[in-house]
Amino acid sequence: MSVLIAVVLTLVLVCGALVVFTGNVQRQAVTLSLYGLLMTLLFVLLSAPDVALSQVVAGTAVVPLMVLLTYRKIRGLR
Amino acid sequence: MSRAVRWWVLGAGTAGVGLVLLLAFLQMPSFGSSHHPYRDAAVPAAVAHGTANVVGSVTFDQRGIDTLGEEAIFFGSVLAVLVLLRPEDEEEPRPEEGSLAPLQSTRLFGYLLLPLSLITGLDIVAHGHVTPGGGFQGGIMLATALHLVYVAGRYRSLEQLRPMPLFESGEAAGVAAFTALGFAGIAVTGSFLANFLPYGTFGQILSAGTVPLLNIAVGVAVGSGGIVLLGQFFTQVFLADREKGSGS
Repeated sequence: MSVLIAVVLTLVLVCGALVVFTGNVQRQAVTLSLYGLLMTLLFVLLSAPDVALSQVVAGTAVVPLMVLLTYRKIRGLR
Repeated sequence: MSRAVRWWVLGAGTAGVGLVLLLAFLQMPSFGSSHHPYRDAAVPAAVAHGTANVVGSVTFDQRGIDTLGEEAIFFGSVLAVLVLLRPEDEEEPRPEEGSLAPLQSTRLFGYLLLPLSLITGLDIVAHGHVTPGGGFQGGIMLATALHLVYVAGRYRSLEQLRPMPLFESGEAAGVAAFTALGFAGIAVTGSFLANFLPYGTFGQILSAGTVPLLNIAVGVAVGSGGIVLLGQFFTQVFLADREKGSGS
């Protein structure tokens, strides 16, 4: 189990860097969603299903959606 | 503020947070050890009140006042979005004519997942005191699920399913119900948010006293609030300046 946690922690680290270094905001919403999914997996492995549920709905769906909608609005204003 | 001063402020703040974190980490029990003082206190307290989901017991029974605070923060945030993203006078809804119809497969998955997500969301709210989940998780899931209508169809079909005034009142009603249950605790036992209802049978749907009711209150508040929140963002996207014509 601890090997699995180490693997997922590394993936979280890599994906976190990926989100930061994604320049295009629309693509960033996708990498952010992937990051949220990896965090969900980590919380499940750490026996925190309650937090995992919050993470999967907020981190992989609502927040990336808000990023995309904000981007579309701002692009429309230009 | 000049660039150099900003860097100094950032540096001081980072050093302060870093120091506090370092001191905290040095005192922490080692990873994966069996030493859990909080668990040893929280689990018997949850079992004594017939709550199978210990996290639910901590959130709504043992530390209910913290959750009321979080409810207030969520309520305030949605209110702030409502105020900041309100349409201006010269803005009017943009016709949707330019948008492409979704792919057939997207429509299929949207309409298949819509009932599944709604039922899962309701289940997570209703069983928050027995299994992992609760009002927040289920509420956000319900709010997100409704937007599958937009993914699968058109924005107009989502608008028809989404009476905004109802959800605006729903959010307020959820927060009010949470507070009212807190005051009911004062009336019955003398302390705010006390668990004053019968604890029922451990692990059954009728158990944990006020916890399932508080879960439903939070589910209504967060579900409605989430719909209002996303609705404001969607409205902004579908608004266009009358002067400039349609945007993107």
